[in-house]
Amino acid sequence: MDSSGSDGRPNSKLKVATASLAGCFGCHMSLLDIDERIIELVELVRLDRTPLTDIKTIGDCDLGLIEGGVANAENVEVLRNFRRHCKLLVAFGACAVNGGIPAMRNQFALRECLEESYIDGIGVHNPGIPNDPEIPLLLSQVHPIHEVVRVDYFLPGCPPPADAIWTFLTELLAGEPIRLPYTQLHYD
Amino acid sequence: MASGLETAAHPEQLKRIVIDPVTRVEGHGKVTLLLDADNHVHQARLHIVEFRGFEKFIQGRPFWELPVLVQRLCGICPVSHHLAAAKACDQLVGVDRLTPTADKVRRLMHFGQVLQSHALHFFHLSSPDLLFGFDDAVAHRNIVGVIQDHPDIARQGVLLRKYGQEVIRVTCGKRIHGTGAIPGGVNKPVSDAERAMLRADIGQIVQWAVDAVGLMRRIFTTDAAYHLQFGAVDANTLSLIGTDGALELYHGGLRARDAKGEAIFDQADYRDYASLLREQIKPWSYMKFPFIAALGPEAGWYRVGPLARVNNCDRIDTPLAERERIEFSAIGNGRPVQAALATHWARLIELLYCAESIERLLDDPDIGGSDLLVEGAQRDTGIGVLEAPRGTLFHHYEVDGDGLVRKANLIVSTTNNNQAMNESIRQVAATYLDGHTLTEPLLNQIEVAIRAFDPCLSCATHALGKMPLQIDLVGADGRVLDCIRKGASGDIEAIPAVGG
Repeated sequence: MDSSGSDGRPNSKLKVATASLAGCFGCHMSLLDIDERIIELVELVRLDRTPLTDIKTIGDCDLGLIEGGVANAENVEVLRNFRRHCKLLVAFGACAVNGGIPAMRNQFALRECLEESYIDGIGVHNPGIPNDPEIPLLLSQVHPIHEVVRVDYFLPGCPPPADAIWTFLTELLAGEPIRLPYTQLHYD
Repeated sequence: MASGLETAAHPEQLKRIVIDPVTRVEGHGKVTLLLDADNHVHQARLHIVEFRGFEKFIQGRPFWELPVLVQRLCGICPVSHHLAAAKACDQLVGVDRLTPTADKVRRLMHFGQVLQSHALHFFHLSSPDLLFGFDDAVAHRNIVGVIQDHPDIARQGVLLRKYGQEVIRVTCGKRIHGTGAIPGGVNKPVSDAERAMLRADIGQIVQWAVDAVGLMRRIFTTDAAYHLQFGAVDANTLSLIGTDGALELYHGGLRARDAKGEAIFDQADYRDYASLLREQIKPWSYMKFPFIAALGPEAGWYRVGPLARVNNCDRIDTPLAERERIEFSAIGNGRPVQAALATHWARLIELLYCAESIERLLDDPDIGGSDLLVEGAQRDTGIGVLEAPRGTLFHHYEVDGDGLVRKANLIVSTTNNNQAMNESIRQVAATYLDGHTLTEPLLNQIEVAIRAFDPCLSCATHALGKMPLQIDLVGADGRVLDCIRKGASGDIEAIPAVGG
């Protein structure tokens, strides 16, 4: 746990970072589906880099939640950075756990996918595949995150239900072994 | 209409500033600015780094999977993709008119979707800029700061979003990635118990929506001169419109107007979208740049979303939202309002419209009906279009005789706004950043302009530094999983992984 807060006083709040890689943000939305419990949650945790804050670079954290699989070079870099800075790393939802829907592209060559969109697409004015150095290189396959870094917990579901997320966070905060009831474990 | 800041004449002589990732938006993008020694801005670009390949990998899948498969493009507005795909699938099963129950349950679902998405965007993501100022401390400028300093506003935002999510759960089975619409109709009506549960809170929801519009109206008009100018760009507008010219989110004709409000086309059949719109590709973004075909790529780009819709419609058919629309339109002095931050105001007028429309539908006996599905003869093309929270959304599918997808084209809302967002950040860069030493609060102004569009990028990015020519992805066990190389011509080539 973090030793001091922004006011310099001892702080036992859990420091949490989150990111979405090749996901749809649905897992982050399911986190917000804890509804008014979020007011309770911010008393217990401190947010570091997440899409909800303007902190752009992750600091040392107790917990990292990763939504989405690994589809491009930047996903790899963000994921490795999270692993370096987080004591516990969670594969947060179906795409992080096994690649999910975006991994359906693995049955095709990357080139075929790019050509379908940028060369053969309906209504394309000037066919050509984007290739500027500012945009990340795509990997030929979409990977679940445990193929790239060590993962401490896997939270399944598309998305994981808000109650499962709540169970996970509250049991972790209480220092309890995490046990999800069967009703909170499902893909759909 | 386009500014001159898209491409610098001599980029190699300029310094590069990057905002990466853009935060408090759904998904990730990054902004690059190229500046000279005196901090004059020569180039500003919003790069979208997402590429998924849905159009390819759904080929060969049976069409009836589309509403549940393609909604996984987006966890923020899955219902929009669910319904656009379902509307296309209606055509694939030969159905042109749904039963009243199916039509109204889908509309209820869609109003719930737009309500929750607009609440999320305003309260959770953008309100910190508007309540605390663009230059508030980074550590404080977020929803946690709002919960601490404005607990009532934060709570109302959380509960408005919750209510929209509950409408979705009731009509779709679950809040995110549910199953409600099926080709030709819906799979369940609204039960009496569900209707009673939603009815219990709707009065409060409408009142909070009224309060939210009032809050944003006061913020905007308190410094109207500044807010009218910030991020403002003269843009064409595109949206669906009701047959009577009323604001319409689920089904209607396409209306496009120029920056003065003159018609470009009106009540166009959206199944003809491919002759009305084309898409330009720019090498520095995975997101295409759509334009109105008749005007060409330079002049034909347009704005979609709340600001475009509220500008484009002749009226809103719910009384409280219509009153707010009239007050909103007055600030344009007879022309469409082009200010970036007016988008928040328009968004909350729509939030109120959704709340009033849900209230109306909850009193409609049809949502509890038992006639759910219509059947027809299979066709080979389906084009479903609706107004998602962020703007016009196009789904186009072609299937073979076995009902397997042969070809697909998706133009998502944020793609329609691609050039408009880029022009808006260039206006902010030229007006407020040019010639200054760039500080965090100044750079946040770029993000404030982007946030107004509520872009949904749903994919991550992070500083890459110098672009490697070859990338090896090595697994936790040291095995090479993936290897990719970029050739001198920019060609991308996958290399079989050693031992993989």
